[in-house]
Amino acid sequence: MADKIIEFDKVIAGYSPSLTILNETTLDARRGEITLLIGPNGAGKSTVLKTLFGMLVPRSGEVRFEGKRINGKPPRALLADGIAFVPQGRNLFGSLSVRHNLELGGITLPRGELPARIEEVLARFPRIRERIDNQASTMSGGEQKQLEVGRALLLRPRVLLIDEPSIGLSPKLVQEVMTLLRGLADAGTTVLMVEQNVRTALKYSNRALVLEMGRLALDRPASELLHDPDLNRLFLGGHARTAA
Amino acid sequence: MNRTRTFGLVAALIAFAVLPNFLKSYGVYLMTLFCVYLMAIFGLNLTVGYAGQMSLGQAAFLGIGAYQAAIFLKLGWPIFIVLPVAGIVCFIVGLILGFPALRVQHHYLAFATLGFNILVYLVMRNEEKVTGGTFGIPGIPRPSLFGYSLDGALPFFYFTFLSVVVLALFLWWLLRSPWGRAFAALRDNPMRATSLGINITAYTLLAFAIGAACAGVGGVYYAALVQFIEPAPFHFSASLTMLLAVIVGGSGRFFGPVLGTIIVVLLPEWLRFMQNWYLAVFGFAVVALMIWLPGGLLSIPERLRWKGAAK
Ligand SMILES: Nc1ncnc2c1ncn2[C@@H]1O[C@H](COP(=O)(O)OP(=O)(O)OP(=O)(O)O)[C@@H](O)[C@H]1O
Ligand SMILES: [Mg+2]
Repeated sequence: MADKIIEFDKVIAGYSPSLTILNETTLDARRGEITLLIGPNGAGKSTVLKTLFGMLVPRSGEVRFEGKRINGKPPRALLADGIAFVPQGRNLFGSLSVRHNLELGGITLPRGELPARIEEVLARFPRIRERIDNQASTMSGGEQKQLEVGRALLLRPRVLLIDEPSIGLSPKLVQEVMTLLRGLADAGTTVLMVEQNVRTALKYSNRALVLEMGRLALDRPASELLHDPDLNRLFLGGHARTAA
Repeated sequence: MNRTRTFGLVAALIAFAVLPNFLKSYGVYLMTLFCVYLMAIFGLNLTVGYAGQMSLGQAAFLGIGAYQAAIFLKLGWPIFIVLPVAGIVCFIVGLILGFPALRVQHHYLAFATLGFNILVYLVMRNEEKVTGGTFGIPGIPRPSLFGYSLDGALPFFYFTFLSVVVLALFLWWLLRSPWGRAFAALRDNPMRATSLGINITAYTLLAFAIGAACAGVGGVYYAALVQFIEPAPFHFSASLTMLLAVIVGGSGRFFGPVLGTIIVVLLPEWLRFMQNWYLAVFGFAVVALMIWLPGGLLSIPERLRWKGAAK
């Protein structure tokens, strides 16, 4: 079995002391895999990513990265450790150029290292290179997502957290982004992805975790879930737990 | 910046440089005073406009710079020592004041700077041995530059004018570096900034401290210009006026302070004939502006363009 690079151990977390969103959540993600996190709206999927990225401090339980406890570590420190996060929605600074967006992505790097890292990203994404001096907001939705991922890769993360990358993208572009993530995972980067576009995302993922009301309701290999005749029922109002 | 704007800027700079030659000494004095306040207000724009923090104590930093300059210039220190000392002292005081305030939350810096300004004012008024109390410090000598005396109104104007241009260039460079662009990131969306690892607290603190240093440097020019300082110009109300200048001009716009300073600092001098009515008219105008033009005066062209495009 692949080793667990990310672990949540009975994590309780929320946005205020009276509001518990993650309720003893226990889950893990394995090295070099795409772990897909799915579940109904408000289940706490984004909250899992935010907690993992140190934007939310767990009230109890333990979050581990490569076996080490990271509860309460700030995002900057986690970036340095090798975790990158692409939040939901638009993450670029639309009024800045593509190059300036990349430079901001490398703000935690030593200044001298930045040009080489940007070159590394541009070599991987020729389309970004073509648009390097354009304003970021003038790029297509797909290019913008690519740039967001590219910018996250600037720090050579070992774990990439990505929240609903397919939002606002045409089916073809969704495929492109998924192919990109698959390629990253195959090259060794662990991907933890939240995605509503379940059927497509499952095709590219190794494992699927279903979150319900802040708890893990289901943990299955992606291919198995994809061919489960209950899949439609599960994600069209039904409850995952009943099928588990 | 496009070519027409660069051209306009250069033309304005030349006009501004030539104008004092046709003015009486009071006019030159006002233009120099404008440059002095502009330094402090450029700095405040960094804190308020770019880092998004309310600061109500910019006059205190101006005062700290001015009192230091008064004391050191009278001791015969050269201006090239007095300037960096004032800047560094205000930078450090800014760090010390800002660090606890910014760690807590948003509005605390406003309260902390307000309290700080009141405290500094009281020290200026009560510590007579050092500050001269309400009598202030008279007879501050104008500095000289490489043996060239800046005693005359015009030479001192040009020295101040060049200095504010250099300061503006420095801030321009700062805001165009990746470091400066992080401010755009902070303003746009703190969540995005955090996901890139931008340390919001550290950046805000640094912006505030640099803003304070700008005021401290401005204070040196103030002391050397007026040649006499007392606590009154560094009262909390002066901080409020500077904050208004930032908001009126358009906070977070690079040239906002220029327009804001003209309106807030120079108009009162020119409109003195209105006497007490001036404040009422001015107050009303500011309120009206904040309601109908929250982006400040510099946002007018954009608004017009936007309306034109909507047709
Ligand atoms: N910043 C916040 N402050 C307070 N409550 C929040 C905040 N963000 C999310 N919540 C609440 O936490 C719960 C879980 O939100 P979360 O964003 O993790 O859900 P999700 O599973 O990602 O849902 P979606 O599929 O809609 O993105 C929701 O009830 C939401 O209203
Ligand atoms: Mg979500």
